[in-house]
This record gives sequence, C-alpha cells and structure tokens, in this order.
Amino acid sequence: MSETVPPRSGPPNGSSWPVRQGLDLVPTTADKQSAKDFKTDQEVRWCPGCGDYAVLAAVQGFFPELGLRRENVVFVSGIGCSSRFPYYMNTYGMHSIHGRAPAIATGIAASRPDLSVWVITGDGDGLSIGGNHLIHALRRNVNLKILLFNNRIYGLTKGQYSPTSELGKITKSTPVGSLDHPFNPVSLALGAEATFVARTLDSDRKHLTAVLRAAAEHRGTAFVEIYQNCNIFNDGAFEVLKDPDTRDQALLRLEPGSPMIFGTSTVKGSRTTSGAGASPTTSRGVRRGTDGGVEVCAADDPAVLTHDPALLDPSTAFAVSRLAQPTPVGIFRAVSRPTYDDLMQHQVDLATSTGSPADLGELLRAGDTWQIS
Amino acid sequence: MTPLVHKPVEQRDGVVIRFAGDSGDGMQLTGDQFTSQTAAFGNDLSTLPDFPAEIRAPAGTLPGVSAFQVHFSDHEILTPGDAPDVLVAMNPAALKANLADLRRGGDLIVNTDEFTPRALARVGYERSPLDDDSLESWRVHAVSLTSMTLEALKDSGLSRKEAERAKNMFALGLLSWLYHRPTAGTVAFLGRKFARQPEIAKANVAAFEAGWSFGETTESFSVSYQVKPATMPAGTYRQISGNLALAYGLIAASQRAALPLFLGAYPITPASDVLHELSKHKRFGVRAFQAEDEIAAIGAALGASFGGSLAVTTTSGPGVALKSETVGLAVSLELPLVICDIQRGGPSTGLPTKTEQADLLQAMYGRNGEAPVPIVAPRSPADCFDAALEACRIALTYRTPVFLLSDGYLANGAEPWRIPDVASLPDLRVPFATVPSDGSGYLPYARDPDNLARPWARPGTPGLEHRIGGLEKADRTGAISYDPDNHDTMVRLRQAKVDGIARSIPAMVVEDPSGEARVLVLGWGSTYGPIGAACRQVRDAGGAVAQAHLRHLNPFPTNTGDVLGAYDRVLLPEMNLGQLASLLRARYLVDVIPYNRVRGMPFKSGELVGVITDVIDSV
Repeated sequence: MSETVPPRSGPPNGSSWPVRQGLDLVPTTADKQSAKDFKTDQEVRWCPGCGDYAVLAAVQGFFPELGLRRENVVFVSGIGCSSRFPYYMNTYGMHSIHGRAPAIATGIAASRPDLSVWVITGDGDGLSIGGNHLIHALRRNVNLKILLFNNRIYGLTKGQYSPTSELGKITKSTPVGSLDHPFNPVSLALGAEATFVARTLDSDRKHLTAVLRAAAEHRGTAFVEIYQNCNIFNDGAFEVLKDPDTRDQALLRLEPGSPMIFGTSTVKGSRTTSGAGASPTTSRGVRRGTDGGVEVCAADDPAVLTHDPALLDPSTAFAVSRLAQPTPVGIFRAVSRPTYDDLMQHQVDLATSTGSPADLGELLRAGDTWQIS
Repeated sequence: MTPLVHKPVEQRDGVVIRFAGDSGDGMQLTGDQFTSQTAAFGNDLSTLPDFPAEIRAPAGTLPGVSAFQVHFSDHEILTPGDAPDVLVAMNPAALKANLADLRRGGDLIVNTDEFTPRALARVGYERSPLDDDSLESWRVHAVSLTSMTLEALKDSGLSRKEAERAKNMFALGLLSWLYHRPTAGTVAFLGRKFARQPEIAKANVAAFEAGWSFGETTESFSVSYQVKPATMPAGTYRQISGNLALAYGLIAASQRAALPLFLGAYPITPASDVLHELSKHKRFGVRAFQAEDEIAAIGAALGASFGGSLAVTTTSGPGVALKSETVGLAVSLELPLVICDIQRGGPSTGLPTKTEQADLLQAMYGRNGEAPVPIVAPRSPADCFDAALEACRIALTYRTPVFLLSDGYLANGAEPWRIPDVASLPDLRVPFATVPSDGSGYLPYARDPDNLARPWARPGTPGLEHRIGGLEKADRTGAISYDPDNHDTMVRLRQAKVDGIARSIPAMVVEDPSGEARVLVLGWGSTYGPIGAACRQVRDAGGAVAQAHLRHLNPFPTNTGDVLGAYDRVLLPEMNLGQLASLLRARYLVDVIPYNRVRGMPFKSGELVGVITDVIDSV
C-alpha cells in the first residue's frame, strides 16, 4: 500500500538515497516463536479490566509472526500506566522519563540500524509533556513504531483531564469542567507529516493486530493511536465504538481500495455487519464537502471517496481524520520517505568508504603545525 | 616580505595586543590570524576573544564592540595578559570601551577615518579625543586605515563597500610588520577562505600587504619589535582552542574505546562549536544529532548509550537545567554518558558569550534524589583534550553520567598544544556483558566487586534481554522494587560507586618551589592560568606561596583533606560566589578563604597578586 515518495530535494553529496524496506537489517530467526516467548516473569500490575491487557496480548501474540530475534527488539516508554509495558515484553526495554521516550528511542534507532525500536506512550505522555519530541520524531521519520494508548485521562495520577479529554470534562482538577480544546492525535500526526498514521481499538483484536503488523513493516515512524479504555477513571469513553448496537453507525473502517461506507453491508466493498440496531436504510458514505473537508452523504452517492492511504498529499487523510461521527479507524496514511536513521547511516557510510581510512594522528596534526626540537 | 627601509628593532620578552572594533569589522578573524602567525613563529601564546551576544549590534555603539586579545612571549605564559600593551581601535566605540585597559605608555593605534562627528557623538564624545590631551598617557598612532585601504584597492574593481571591508587586513598587515610576524600563513589562509571569490582574496592580500608596507615607511612607527620564539618541550605543535580540543578529545576517546561516538546536542552559546566540529567527522563514524531541544539531545544520547555507543551531549548552563531529569535517569540506569557544560554567565540566559564557573553546584547537586555524578574540569584550552578523555574514561569504566565543566574562556581561548602521540593515549576499551557461562540468568545490576560498575549489555546480545528504567530497582536483578531496605542499599551503592572513583585518579599535586609556603592557593577549571601567573609573580617578588589545582571536583583526590590541612591559609579564587569553597568547607571542615568575582571575564593575575599578598601578610 505504500510507494516511494521522491524527496523534494536531492540526497546529500549527490549520491542516491538509501532504499530500504520494512524490517531490513533487523536479524530474523528460524526458530519458531510463540506469544509465551515474549512474556516476562514480571507480574503485570495494571488494574483488572484495563484495556492495556488487550494491547499487550495482541503485541505478544503477533510478534512471533514477524520472526525477529528477540534480542534485536527494544521497547521504550515514558511514564504513565501504559508506559509499564516494556517490563512485560521479553525483549530489551527501557522505562524512561515522562514524555521523553521518542527522543531516547531516536538515539537508539539512529545508532543501531539492526534494532526494531518500539515506543509505548499515552495521551498525557506523548501529547502533553512529550508533544515536542513526538512531532519531531514524526517529521524526521525515524525508524520507530509509536503506539499511543489514548484513554483520554490521566490514570496513574488518579484521574485528571488529559490533552485528548473532551471540552468540559469533569475531573478532579476540573470540577466544573475542563477548558482545554482537545488534540485529535491522528490529525496532529498527519500535520507533522508522519509517513504512517493509523487508529485502532484495544477491544478489536483482529483490527489491532492487522494495524500493528502494518506498522511493524513500515520503514519510518509509524504512529498508531489505540483507543484504550480506562475502566477506573474514564470507563466507557469509547463504548459507542464498541457496543454492537451502536458501533456500525459510529465507526468508519478505512480499508485501502474500498469506498468509505459505514453502517451496513448493502454496498459492495464494505464489510458485513450484524449490529442489532443497523438496518439497510442507515448505510451512509463519506465524500468531499464544499468547505474543503469531508462530509457524510448517501451510501450510493457517486462522490463517495475510495480510501487510498498511499496518497502523497496528506490533505484527504487529514480531512477524514476530522470526522467524529463516524469515527474513522484503520490506516489513514502509509507512504514511503527515506528515514532519518537510514540517511544518517548513509552519510557515515559515504564518509567512511571514500578516501583513506580515518586516522586520529592525522586529524590531530591537521592544519598549521610547527616543530620544536 | 623584504624590508624597504631599515628601522631600529627592539627586543621584547612578551607583548599583549588587543584588536577592537565593531562586530562587523572582523576583529575575531584578525585576532585569529595574528595568533596563527604567532603560533607558527614559535612564541608561547594565550588568547581571549571577547564579543557581544548580539550578532550585529547597531554599528558604532558600545554594545557592538568586539575585541580579541592575544598575549605572546619568548617564555611560557599562562594567561592572555591583564592589560594590553597595544590597542588597535577601529572606531570611537572601540576606543571608549577599551582604553581604560591599555597600559599607560602603551601603543594606541586608531583608525582616524571612523572618528567622524557623528560616530563620536554616538558614544558620547563631545569632541574627538584625538584632538585634545586626553590620550597623552599613551603613544597614539593616528592612522587613516579605511582610506588607505580604499587607496590600496582602488584598482581592484571592488565597490567601495566591499573594499572597505578589507581594512581589518590592513590593520593585521601593520601589526604583522610591527612584530615581525611571518606572513605566508595569512596569504595562504586568505586564498583558502575566499577560494570561490578570487577577487576578494586578492583584495584582502593587497590590503594586508599595504598595511605591512605602511608600517615600514611611515614615521608614525619609528621602531619595530621582536619577540623571540619560546623555549618549549620538543614536539609537534599546533594552536588549539578549548572547544576544538574538546571535540578532538571526544573523537580520540571514541577511537581509544573502539566505540562509535554519538553526540546529541542543541545549539547554544558557547558550546555550539563542539557540535559543528563533531558534525564534520563522519569519517570517524561520529553521529552528530541536532535535536529539537536540550532534553531530546541528552535523551537521544542516553538512548545511544543503551545501544552501546560512547554517548555525549554538549551544552551550557541553561541547557543543563533542562537536561537534569535525564541526568538523573542516567544515574539510575547506570549507563555511560558525558555531559559537557561550557559554562557561561548566569542565572537564566545571563551572559551568553561571557565566562563563569557558577554551574559547579548545579552539576554537583542539580537533580532530585541522591544522584551523585562525577565532575571533571579542564584548566586550559588544550587541556580540554585530556579532560575529555578522562571524562570518557570515568563514564565508560563506572557506567555513569559524568559532567565535564569547561567555560566560555577556555572554549574560545587558544594556546599552543603539543600534539600527543596517539599510542600514548589511554586505552579506554571496556567489555560488554556476555551470557553467564554458568547458565544462571543475567543480572543487570550485579556489580564488579572492585569498582561497583554494573554490566553493560548491548541490545542484539542474545540471552541478555532485560528491562531497565527510572523506578528503583532491586539490587542485582534490576526488577522494580519499592522495598525500603533495598532503596537504602541502592542509594548507598550508587554513592559508593562514585566515591570509589577517587581510587583511580591521581593525588593532588602541590607546586611550592621554595617549600616554605604557608599559604596555598587552590583553584579549579579555567582559573589555572591567572592563579599560576599570579603565584609566579608573588614568588618573583620574594614571597612563598603554594599552588594546587583540582581537575576532579567529584570525587576529590584522596589527599585533598591532607593538602588543605597542611597550610595555614587556603585561598580559593573562583568566578562564582564560593561554590567550591562551600563544598570543601562542608567536606573537610577547612576554613577556606574565598575570593570571588563574577564579571564574565577571567581573573587578572595582577589582581590575584594583591589578594595572595594580603593573605600571606595576614599569616
């Protein structure tokens, strides 16, 4: 679903861009792996019923499919409930500082092309205290997989509103309602020119796994927003997207090459639904609106958009990301652009492969010198 | 160049020259070039660039004055000199800002073309000081630098504005004649610098030569001066600034450790030159990452350290403040990391281009929790090379973040450097962790019994998969632990590890030629030069004084307490309000006498002579 985007300007030093795909350079194993291989002996300490369990199980479940050597996988997290994640993955891992995981992971990825580096963050960690590092990792296109667990609340500090909480939210720190307009993480990532942007749900194991697999195989920064339920401080935040009675009307499942239709199975190309509340008359589509955005239309409207995540121009993906009803899930954007770490390696390779070998003594004696005998 | 007219030549043992002009006049370049010529000639030398934080302050104003001082001699010197013997003032602002420093009787070379009524009024001169007796204490050489430069370049085809810009080379030519400097290096330099604009190169060379010829023929200069080469230890020498020496030291450390060098940095004065320099050396495998902010810069470095690189971040005081939390994480993770703080005047944005030593306590204590970090400090520009190697040695051996405290004076100052033989540099190789041969599990926080360092396991090593983080961890296993006794143990282990570094560092050396000193002058960092020069002057005058200088500020050398206790008085000059003095008093209960100045400028040795003499007299 991705194609190569020609860079706007030529590569440094007049050479060709390094062309690498997916998990190139990360060693694989022929040994058969199972989810159990990726579990640690640490007791998982999330609250019973937390959505994080489902994400952990999905990640541990699909990692064997990648066939990577465990020792070449690194999970880095910040601070927050989700950031305990690395302790439960039997790979290399670092539980770092609030908001700083993308920066630390950038250093790992930029210095070690043989590692598959994953960042686990949350809406507070990634979008509030760490917002700057997030957008810069996205624009640089560092070879990182960033999973942002969005529960729209601060959980570990016991229930304050977060940068994705809806306006007017009543929390401990906003007893008469929050005043902050929230971020839409997908819109933010697209605005930062991320090359891979997706959204999925903790409760939909199949969809979650498919999105994670695509993210793993994307070369560059893959940003995945995961709607994740905090059953203690913000229970039911995504219930309308999960309840069989409402989800078909509430979710727009983005699938490459398929028309953007939601509601029912009556139109060719959309998936089937068994939602009790759904009926053929409620099937609808999405088309370009007159204001430059997108709008809901009849399912048989000839202008219904066909989803194409490989579009180089991110503006359609951005317009779709602005939809709230229905809420789009799936891969919004997946394009190819040289990664920061591949380019950095390329510059080092070029410098080390041309001319005589680097000689420290020669460096120290470079320039004007004089002898005293 | 061959002399046209034979004028008398006088010998001097040392000279201090200050070039001063507008920020756009090219004074730093002029000073650098004079210094290069002087280095090539074989004098010992020391330089002090002094420029404003503004890139181009309004022309002709006092805040826009940029100056460069160079001290050169036929013997070993330690400082850029207290007072210039020669001041080159390119405009009235430069004269006004610098005249008070010029030694009485010294040579004052002024560019009369810039002494217009408007330029004079701009800096508050009601009439030209060239026209009254206010300059009678100095030997004034009124030179129409600008118009003579224009005259020399009248056939160059350059516009008046372009030609005028070469006036600094005219001044350099004049000074080069006056002090018998070799000129080939400057001519070659101009050719290189303006390789793509040959007409500009030619014009600059012409202005330079015109300045030289003017010196030979004018009656304004009746004599010229010779300063013979200094006697220095045999070897190959080059001129080097502190920031360049620091960058080279980091590359050398990476080579000697056989580890790739990773720099995470965010631009900040006066540290950016280290980022610029390291960015040039990809041939050595250096990865220089310009981050989005100071926090990301150290974060990326720490990530690279986790990945097995020699990781460094470079910054100045405000940047350290932002990095503090990550330094704390590095303490907890026990990973090697070198944090270079090129100190400048603070607090807050403070004095970005001026020097200070006021980050010592920030480096020592500026973190939450008990978070000990070793500290090393270079004492001269060239010493930044050795200090960088030492900081890397400690970081790699003990798996700890280390502060290297340089400062703006060392960073931009330059001196001759005897280039070391690469084979003589320390071997910094350290082993990475390997899978336990006895089949037991990997223990990320098991410790080397000798130095308490934990193993360094690189991702990609099968069987050593492990998780580390900022939460307190159980001794040996590294698993999350909130156990009270375990926390107490871990806090003490981390402290003991850093304290134990003292066993690997040399004892403090005291210089006391007479052996009769009852007063010790102690210092750290860039005060070495002024203190050393002051002590020599005191001894030359018959006084007895001992000098010692600390490279390691945490931990201190093991004999520090004994040394301090061996003298009746311990005097401690610092460019802060007594930060090292506080540490020493607390640790050794010694009533150290602090002497503190925070003027953004290095101490003058003459000033310290007075302070030392007063203390000697009080014994």
